[in-house]
Amino acid sequence: MDYNFFIQYWWFIISLLGAILVFLLFVQGGQTLIPQLGKTEIEKTMMVNSIGRKWEFTFTTLVTFGGAFFAAFPLFYSTSFGGAYWVWMIILFCFIIQAVSFEFRKKENNFLGEKTYNIFLLINGFLGTFLLGVAVGTFFTGSEFVVNKENITNPFMPIISQWTNPLHGLEALANPRNLLLGLVVLFLSRTLGLLYFINNINDQTIQERAKKTLKLCGTMFVVLFVTFLAVTFLSDGFAVDKQTGIVSMQEYKYFNNLIEMPVVSGLLLIGVILVLYGLIKTMFSKTIFRKGIWFAGIGTVLAVLSLFLIAGYNNTAYYPSTFNPQSSLTIYNSSSSLFTLRVMSIVSLIIPFVLAYIFYAWRKMDKVSITKEEMQEDGHKY
Amino acid sequence: MEDLVLWSRAQFALTAIYHWLFVPLTLGLGIIIGVMETIYYRTKNEQWKTITKFWMRLFGVNFAIGVATGLILEFQFGTNWSNYSWFVGDIFGAPLAIEGILAFFMEATFIAIMFFGWNKVSKGFHLASTWLTVFGASISALWILIANAWMQFPTGMSFNPDTVRNEMTDFWAVALSPIAINKFFHTVTSCWVVGSAACIGVSAWFLLKKQHIEFAKKSIKIAAIVGLAGIALTIYTGDGSAYQVAQKQPMKLAAMEGLYKGQTQAPLVAFGILKPHEKAMQDIENPSYFNIGIPYVLSFLSYRDINAYVPGITDLLNGGYPTKDGSKELSAKEKMESGKKAIQALADYKKAKKAGNEYETQKQLRILNDNYSNFGYGFIKDESELIPNVAITFYAFRFMIIFGSLFILMFIVITYLIGKKKPFENYKWFLWLCILCIPLAYMVSQSGWIVAEMGRQPWVIQDLMPTSAAISALSSSSVATTFIIFCVLFTVLLIAELSIMFKQIKKGF
Repeated sequence: MDYNFFIQYWWFIISLLGAILVFLLFVQGGQTLIPQLGKTEIEKTMMVNSIGRKWEFTFTTLVTFGGAFFAAFPLFYSTSFGGAYWVWMIILFCFIIQAVSFEFRKKENNFLGEKTYNIFLLINGFLGTFLLGVAVGTFFTGSEFVVNKENITNPFMPIISQWTNPLHGLEALANPRNLLLGLVVLFLSRTLGLLYFINNINDQTIQERAKKTLKLCGTMFVVLFVTFLAVTFLSDGFAVDKQTGIVSMQEYKYFNNLIEMPVVSGLLLIGVILVLYGLIKTMFSKTIFRKGIWFAGIGTVLAVLSLFLIAGYNNTAYYPSTFNPQSSLTIYNSSSSLFTLRVMSIVSLIIPFVLAYIFYAWRKMDKVSITKEEMQEDGHKY
Repeated sequence: MEDLVLWSRAQFALTAIYHWLFVPLTLGLGIIIGVMETIYYRTKNEQWKTITKFWMRLFGVNFAIGVATGLILEFQFGTNWSNYSWFVGDIFGAPLAIEGILAFFMEATFIAIMFFGWNKVSKGFHLASTWLTVFGASISALWILIANAWMQFPTGMSFNPDTVRNEMTDFWAVALSPIAINKFFHTVTSCWVVGSAACIGVSAWFLLKKQHIEFAKKSIKIAAIVGLAGIALTIYTGDGSAYQVAQKQPMKLAAMEGLYKGQTQAPLVAFGILKPHEKAMQDIENPSYFNIGIPYVLSFLSYRDINAYVPGITDLLNGGYPTKDGSKELSAKEKMESGKKAIQALADYKKAKKAGNEYETQKQLRILNDNYSNFGYGFIKDESELIPNVAITFYAFRFMIIFGSLFILMFIVITYLIGKKKPFENYKWFLWLCILCIPLAYMVSQSGWIVAEMGRQPWVIQDLMPTSAAISALSSSSVATTFIIFCVLFTVLLIAELSIMFKQIKKGF
């Protein structure tokens, strides 16, 4: 197995982690729905506790996504985080305030008051998901930076990656395509949040309300997502010449990637079908259909995975620089050494085992859905 | 540029110090809770369940904020230390990723069961979940400390001039580096001390208030034993740590001791008042206004030989003293020259390679390799930059040693008194002392990190990259702004955490 194999393997792992992260944003989506779906205090409590038992997975996946990106593609870590400083800092800020909010909101003497923690959850839910989408949008639209490794030989200014836009990441908000992906992620997380509530909370009022909200929210998501796909597949992309490494603009690059990688397009197709099936079945079933999250969740993972693969595979620059296209990051010029990728690949064999115990533990905990009765019992609650 | 370095350092220090307010309690109290629940599992005595659940509530409040502060630390390597992230990311990223995959998911999965699973899973499964949470937290500490140890003692890698970075060549040398192993045990067992001090202090408060006397005493018994084991191991590994610092980071050791002029049969300074750094540099024989030294001890701790020569700050700058292998140590100026040569050779190597000049490429590569061990010195503009802040390092070290050692006495006395006939709750003054030990334990723990991290300056990677070359290209006002935001946010969250904790404690078991 050669270097290229390991590089591609690691782009796959990063893509998979990113895809799982997007699925797990149902926690954030759920947070945005609490005021809308919960009319009484007990209903709100049920919802908070339902997602509150899962928030750590989203958080952990975010951290692991970052760590794995660092280990496998360190040049991305140094260029993007150090360059698009403000966008990432605001995202981190949104997640920091989430981490304490579940645990602190209902506790006595919590200093800021329950309302503040609820607002924290809303900020995390709306802004966190939206900005993550905007940040990932630049994978397709590009950013303004220069990478020059020889800078290190200048003791007075040795920094290799330099951002050339003074807004340091906030300029991504000026590109409508990035905003579009931000909205897609926001509405996806809300849609998944609704499906998750229907599955996890055994309360007919909440389920009915969620179903009703889903009709609008789910449709909005589908429209936004289809628009995003259309815009992306119709746009030019950043192609890399395999021999020379020279980056140039190519018409319909992302659409070509889709055509040239039938397995990836298959994944995207299956993903989209599963999401649509989960949505439609939940929206229009006469009784409450509770398994929608399974279909839409798996579908989300497959679809997001395929989009990441389209961004990085098939000689494409996954983190392009519009300022200096030759500085664009490809999975080849930004990756770790063969040795490190090999070591990390061995470590990655543990991932199925990790997934297995997470699945086992969730099954044990979710055997009984959340009910009003449980919320009134004594015990650890948010 | 200098402002930017300072703000970036300040921000990292701020977030690390805040993070370290919460981690020790997670690791230390975690062990105590694990032991308590194990007793409940074996005795089926409901009292132990009540005790476990009380401490678990405090654990939960503390855990959440530990997670919040930890997130920023990981991403900060990218956001504020961009050059660092590329220069050593090939080695440094791996432990961070492994930490996520191996440890964080374990913590996240089983902590949910620990909190919400009492009525949902069997007693045995719940107990296993508690221990797995603690285990997950501890191995997360292992991997991040491996990463930290590697910065202080880079090993298992080689520099690749084509990619302009260090690349891993030996994973086990990184993961099992003696510095890493020692650091792990020193850090984690010191957390047991903090956790025990917190548990004992809170219990002492109950005893003073004459509330929950039985539960409090039961808690103290467990915590005293965990604490005793913790402090014994901390002291043992602390000795190993001093020995390693002497070998790998002699400048840090000299700063820790305020040793300006090297000597054989060097004494360890038990306590002293240092002159200001500039004054001390002028009078290197007498750098302190007064000090109490313990003869031979520093030589012995550093080199396991009471007659060994311990170089001082000026010797490290001037060089010329014989090293272990018999050669003469280079002076700082010579190292800086060598470092500049390495950097220039890298530039020339790149040029020659582009021009296709094979002979020149090989020649420059040889120069680079011969001088690479001093690469970081090439970024140093003045040799005074090579001296860390002596006063902070010196006093933080004294604080850690003096007050840290008190804990061994403390735990022994507690273990003795609680077994005596006279009820423990009658030793009022001693109970107050127990409460006082909570902030003291935290301060001792923080001062340990201050010694480790301030003492290693100016290096972010020992000898290879100074902190000033590791930064991201940002405006210092941007970093100052985020510094202020984090400072305000973390302080507010800390106040909230303490306020919730105090209320929970007031409510009792």
